[in-house]
Amino acid sequence: MNSKFLNDYLRQPTFGTTRDGFGRGLMEAAENPQVVVLSADLTDSMRLQAFKEKFPDRFIAMGVAEENMMGVAAGLALRGKIPVTGSFAVFSPGNSLGPLRASVCYSNLQVIIAGGHTGFSASQDGATHQALEDLAIMRTLPNMTVISPADEEESRKAILALIKNPGPGYIRVGKHQSLNLTNPRTPFKIGQALTFREGRDLTIVAIGSMVAQAIDAADVLGTRGIAARVINMHTIKPIDQAAIIKAAQETGGIVTAEEHQKYGGLGAAVAEVVTQNFPVPLEFVAAQDTFGESGTSRELMAKYEVDANAIVRKSLALLDRKVRE
Amino acid sequence: MLDEAESGHTGGALGMAEMFAALYFSVLRHNPQDPGWDGRDFLFLSNGHTCPILYAALAEAGYFPKKELRTFRRLGTRLQGHPHLGSMPGVENTSGPLAQGLSQAVGTAIALKMDKKVNEVFCVMSDGELQEGQNWEALLFAGTKPLDNLTILIDRNFIQIDDHTEAVVPLEPLAEKLSAFNWNVLTVNGHDITAVVTACHATKAIADRPTAIICHTIPGYGVDFMENKPEWHGKPPSRTEARQAIKQLEARLLEDHE
Repeated sequence: MNSKFLNDYLRQPTFGTTRDGFGRGLMEAAENPQVVVLSADLTDSMRLQAFKEKFPDRFIAMGVAEENMMGVAAGLALRGKIPVTGSFAVFSPGNSLGPLRASVCYSNLQVIIAGGHTGFSASQDGATHQALEDLAIMRTLPNMTVISPADEEESRKAILALIKNPGPGYIRVGKHQSLNLTNPRTPFKIGQALTFREGRDLTIVAIGSMVAQAIDAADVLGTRGIAARVINMHTIKPIDQAAIIKAAQETGGIVTAEEHQKYGGLGAAVAEVVTQNFPVPLEFVAAQDTFGESGTSRELMAKYEVDANAIVRKSLALLDRKVRE
Repeated sequence: MLDEAESGHTGGALGMAEMFAALYFSVLRHNPQDPGWDGRDFLFLSNGHTCPILYAALAEAGYFPKKELRTFRRLGTRLQGHPHLGSMPGVENTSGPLAQGLSQAVGTAIALKMDKKVNEVFCVMSDGELQEGQNWEALLFAGTKPLDNLTILIDRNFIQIDDHTEAVVPLEPLAEKLSAFNWNVLTVNGHDITAVVTACHATKAIADRPTAIICHTIPGYGVDFMENKPEWHGKPPSRTEARQAIKQLEARLLEDHE
């Protein structure tokens, strides 16, 4: 990627959250009078407060009731509204899967589901609040578009893109501070992966906060003479098959990185493409079929081996396998 | 329809025949020649397994040819085992997994209010599905909103798959529960078409909240070997049983006309 599309994060690092980007994007999206926001009692946490204050007639307080929220969203979409629902991902889609599947997805209605506190970003709240399964759930639903933005700016673009995208869509946001990699000039198109770093020795395919971790890991690998390609796969579904196949062909091995269970998420999605098109060794940086616990996100990502160090280790393991296989 | 499909739900569908007759041939403003007409009233079905009666009403009203009823539940049919949006003109919502109709009806009622439209929203539900939490979320929510454009009709037939509702998880006193949730509550004999129509029109006088019409019905109404039998909830009649049932229903219709 042309360097002007990425911030000079080494010399002037700034940080932000994907939920803040989502909240800002939503305010821009509100220009469309059909946009309606539904909140399941997490208005401030999901960064819906500004919308609520500026557009009270288009804001619906649903109370702590995620199933009804999803069904009401479907009913609004039936009349051409563009509902955006906000809750933590462990509650929605966690609690709302039934109406999400039948009332929204089967009807192919444009309902946008914003899932918050994803990955380890629920930090001190502990395992009950840490959504590590949402991508797997969402990815299996027909008609669903699934996006996990890498940083605050990309999150802003993602919600704006979903507002213009027919059919149901999921945007995965978190509350932990991560490096602002992208800027308003960085392109964003649903289903089109972004290559943030070129390399020929292996490819790191990452999503969400793991994109910044992947760039860190690529820098470490670079000091050892290893050139890692870094791909930001912000859209998990529909996934950019061409970018994955090209990476497999040109670099001969892929490490995936996600704040999510190893089953059913990005790693699985990449494996589905690679195994059917151009089989190469794969390694997965992800939660190993386990729940988290209370702690800071940084501590948790280190303990559960979902961070830059883990990417480096898996990359070296992958290079070993490439030599042997 | 059900005997040809060799599967489907008989009891509830038969018990709601008069309710659907009242809705499609007296209450609803709709146009079978223009199913997407913007001025129409909306009929949401929540207990989707009773769709044979919805399909029968839609065919009778002219949404699609009656002979297509014989394709119910067959591969490639527009008459899916449970209806979904887009499957058939006149089907307004997806339903099947219980408790999903009311929330959708509430959403549509809110959207109509936002757009200052006068269309009415009706939602037909079963009693058994009131054991689902989503319905109580929706009842609690809608009861506090000025949704006078929303009416639910609860098919109170007292049966569910396993047994009688009061033997499984009792719902009574149902009217009091709904009143406590701030709904305007009416109770009618669901087999009395005039009573159902009158109740639906009576809701127009209520200006600040939604209405629930509890329609007392007999599952399998009009067929002596099906009436009030939970075992007829989820099974179709055999060819012979279907012939007997139709004979009994026709005899009753003749009696009513004499």
